[in-house]
Parts: sequence; structure tokens; C-alpha cells
Amino acid sequence: MSAATKIFLGCAIAFVLLIFASLLLPNWAMFLITIAFAKGLVALGIICLMRAGLVSFGQGLFYCIGAYVAAFMSGWTGITDIALLTVLGVVAAAMIGAVLGPLLANYRGIFFAMLSLSLSMILYGTLAKLNVIGGTDGLNVAAPTFLGYSPSGRDLGLALFLFTSLITVLACGAMRVFFDSERGLILLGIRENELRIEYLGFSVRRAISVAYVFAAGLGGAGGVIAALAIGHVDPEFAFWTTSGEFVFVGILSGFYSVGAVFISSIILELVRSFSNLYFPTTWQMSLGAFLLIVIFLLPNGLGSLLSKRDRERGGT
Amino acid sequence: MELLGFILVDGLIYGAWLFIVSVGLTLVFGVLNILNMAHGSLYAMGAYATASAVGAYFAFGGTSFEFGSYLVMVLAAIAVALIIGPLLERGLLRHFYGRDHVILVLVTYGVFLILEDVIKLIWGVTPLFVSEPYSLLGNIEIGPLYYVTYDFLVIAVSVIVGFAVWFWLNRTIQGKVILAVIHDREMSQTMGVNVNKVFMISFTLGVFLAALGGALTAPMISVSPGIGVNVIIVAFAVVIIGGLGSIEGAAIGAVFVGLARAASVHLLPEAELFIIYLVMAVVLVFRPEGLFQKTQARKI
Repeated sequence: MSAATKIFLGCAIAFVLLIFASLLLPNWAMFLITIAFAKGLVALGIICLMRAGLVSFGQGLFYCIGAYVAAFMSGWTGITDIALLTVLGVVAAAMIGAVLGPLLANYRGIFFAMLSLSLSMILYGTLAKLNVIGGTDGLNVAAPTFLGYSPSGRDLGLALFLFTSLITVLACGAMRVFFDSERGLILLGIRENELRIEYLGFSVRRAISVAYVFAAGLGGAGGVIAALAIGHVDPEFAFWTTSGEFVFVGILSGFYSVGAVFISSIILELVRSFSNLYFPTTWQMSLGAFLLIVIFLLPNGLGSLLSKRDRERGGT
Repeated sequence: MELLGFILVDGLIYGAWLFIVSVGLTLVFGVLNILNMAHGSLYAMGAYATASAVGAYFAFGGTSFEFGSYLVMVLAAIAVALIIGPLLERGLLRHFYGRDHVILVLVTYGVFLILEDVIKLIWGVTPLFVSEPYSLLGNIEIGPLYYVTYDFLVIAVSVIVGFAVWFWLNRTIQGKVILAVIHDREMSQTMGVNVNKVFMISFTLGVFLAALGGALTAPMISVSPGIGVNVIIVAFAVVIIGGLGSIEGAAIGAVFVGLARAASVHLLPEAELFIIYLVMAVVLVFRPEGLFQKTQARKI
């Protein structure tokens, strides 16, 4: 079986499973998974950069851009179609990513992390001060429509869940293809030793810029979906702790498996919801302890468990 | 012209405060190579400890000698440092030495999450106030404006702290040993330096400086949950602007950011929230490793 069919089959099976799941899941679980997938999309962008050894502490920037694009479009132009909004959010985020990518491609390690963080905090500061668009209170977002179909209640949650699952599965497939392509594999090389990659005749800066644009687009998609699912956006979307959460998911999953990102994201949301419910004052503590344990015991993330066999066969 | 004066004074006050809260961060990075995200929580702990200690001091007869509260503030910071510093460094961080910088950032991010809740568990969520030390020194009149003398005390403390750290590192045997460890850890170990001890002392000193920043700030604000979250990123910005691990850099970065923020407060209030990050982004664009970082050769 060729790699392409394998990826296609994997995606198809995952999507079918998610459709079945939607029949069984209660509303709260469906909402939780929708949000987890939206955040997972952003974290997928983070692992794309992590493959090059870069950790962006500012993906909240694109998450926020996507969310505000959805809010503006549905508020001002009356566009509520979810697919159209997603495309617009992705395009807006990717365009900004294409401007920032070449700049950020000069930085490594802490400096990459901190510069990306400062860019996202600039957006946070701007939005928080702009009272025309709600300031720190943010904006409400109208319920989305799906190609003219405008559901409400459980149907809305269901439609959102299915749409999000579709986007997630597509994004997983696309990123898997990208990761295994020549351009994607260069990223792993950059992580190991970027000077060698330069000697081999590839442009490290271009590879990082491309990865950054992908990450930006994924961040935008996540932002649009989160905004539509929650029905509200505020500048917190760009705050550094939001970005920290995405990095958390990225570290938890590791960069070996694209599916692990979404599993990690669901785990994080579950841990958060349940500890919020049962230990409302110490949920951050359980999160922090969880993070430390993962870093200590599984330095390559959960994904290293899932795709261990692949790597032993000389896969990724 | 008058406006320039206000900007200068406000900028220096804010810059002095920034220096105190960030110098510990740069010290810890310089010695241990850890960019400590929990720095903000340690600052918050210092603030809380001070609020409790000073509150207790006044409740138990401190009113007869009010200036004693300054001593109590310093003692509170020392207590936080002696309890948390060795515990965190020996108990946790040492297991992660040698890992990637970014991984260590995440480890300390985990510590940050834990400490935020520890603070809530110990001190609860209701804000604490201890404004006595703030008003104790009265006001100073500069031109048409009144400044609280305490603000100038902060400037004095930051100058003293900066000088003391510099002196300690560059002019004492202990400091030179630390510089040797920074320069080449393995070589200094073979020369008989107890590197573990150096790490523990430096980290504890870093915690002390963070807690001292909190202690000095506590009288000026209402001490409530979440005060550490904003400080950490501001301190990062200062340290990155100055060049990681450089004390002089942190001082220049702090003054730089302080003046920029004061200028924006007076001239363009809308930009106040993000001017710091803007300065950081601009500095990084032109000096990718900060103002005072020596360029390092790439490994092949």
C-alpha cells in the first residue's frame, strides 16, 4: 500500500469514526471536542514548527486573527457561512504569517519564542485598547450557517462538530503529506543541524518561512472555529497564556504523529473541565504537574508512543 | 520641556522597578541557562509574603516603630528565597539540566502553573493591602507635581541591588567562581568547584531578587491573584532587550523600556499596553540577540 493511500485511508477511517461518535456523544462532550479540535489545529501548526526545532510562543496571534475575522465578517458583512469564514480566516492569518515568517526565520530558540510572543502581545494590547471593537470585552459572534442551512440547539452543535472534524481530518492528512515531503523533511534536518542543510543547497530561511505560513493558516482555522463555537471573541485569544496552552498541547503530543495532537488536545480539555469541576482552585496545579510529568517521562511526547513502530521500521 | 521632565522621572521610576523584577531572571539565565517562567510567581510570592508579614507587624505593635516594616519586607523576601529556592532547584530543575532551552522554558511554565495555585491555596483569592510603607515617607514636590517618596526609594534600592550584584559577581571570590562556572562548567568542576552548590546559590539569589521585587511592589498595589502573570512577560522583555544573562544589559533594557512606557503614557496612552513588546520586537529585529549579547559562532 502506497503512503498516499495509507494517509487517505487513515483520514477516511478517522472521519467515519467521528461521524459515529457524533451519534453517541452528549452535547457537552461534542462541544468539548469541537473546542479541543479547534485548539488542536493551532497546536498542529506548532508541531510543524517544532519539527524545525522552533517553538512559537505566539500562535495565539493567528488564533486571535482567525477569531476576529469571523467576528468582523459575521458582524459587518453578514457572511455567516462557516466554510467561507474558515477560508477567509485562514487566508488572513496566512497572509500575516507570510509577512512575519521571513522576519522570524532569522531567529532560533528562545529568541524565536520571545519574538513571536511579543508579536502576539502587541495584537493583544491593540485589541484591548480599541474600544470600537469591544476592547477587553470582545465581540459576540452570530451562529454560523452551513451552505444555507442554519441549525440551532443540538443540531448546531452537531453541525459544528462534523464540520470541525472534517477540517481536522483534512488538516491532518495535508500536514502528514507535507511532513513526509522533501520540504517537510528538511525541517527535521534543520532541527538536527541547519548548517548542513544549507550546504546541501536548501534555503533554511525559506523552509522555516513556509512552515510558519502553514502554522499561521492552521492557527487562523482554529480561531475561526473556536470563535463560532463559543459565539464570542475577546483579546484573551492573543494573550500569552493562550499561546502557552497550544505549546503545552504540542509538547504533550510531540512532533511525530499528527493524530496525537488532537488526542492531546482532548486530554487537555478533559483535564481542564474535570479539574475545574472537581478542584476549582487547583486545576492549574494539576495541569502543571501533568506537564512536568510528560516532559520528564516522555520527552518526545505521546506521539512517540503511537508511532513507535513506524520509527523502528525507519518511517518518519 | 516640562513634559519631557515628567517622562524622564516616570520612566526612571518605572525602569527602576523593572530592573529589580528582572535582574534575578537574567542572573538565573546567566548561570543556570534557564529562562525561568516561574519568575513571575516568585515575584507574586514575595508580594504575598510581604503583605502578610507587614500586616502582622502592624497588628502586633509595629506602629510604635513604623520604619521597621521595611526590614520586615526584606526579611519576607529572604524567607521566600530560602524556602523556595533550594527546594525548586534541588528538587526539580536539576533533573532537567542539559535539555533544550525551550524545554526548560516549558518546565518552568509548569512550575508557574503550579505556583499560581499554591499561592491561591496559601493566601486565598481576596486581595491584600499593605499601604503603610508606601505612605510612610511622604511626598516630594517636583515642579507642579507631587511624587511619592517611596518611588524614589525604589530607584535607590534598584541602584543598590544592581551595584551589589555586579560587585558580587566581578569583585569577590565567590562571584569569580560563578563566572568560571558560566564560562566552562566542566573545567571548573575539575578545578574543584562545587557546581551544584553554585547553581543552588545562584538560583536562590535569583528567587530572592524576584521576591524582593514583589516585596517592594506589595505596598503600591492590591496584592491579588494574577499579579505574576503580567510581570513575567515584562521581565522577559527587559531581559531579552538587554541580552540574556547580562546584568548591565538588564539595567539598560529596564531604563529603555521604562522611558518608552512613560513616553507612551504621556503621549499616546492607547499604546501603553503593548509598547514594551513593540520595543522588544524592534530591538530584536535590529539586534537579534539583544543589545548586550556577544555573537556566538554557529556549530557545524
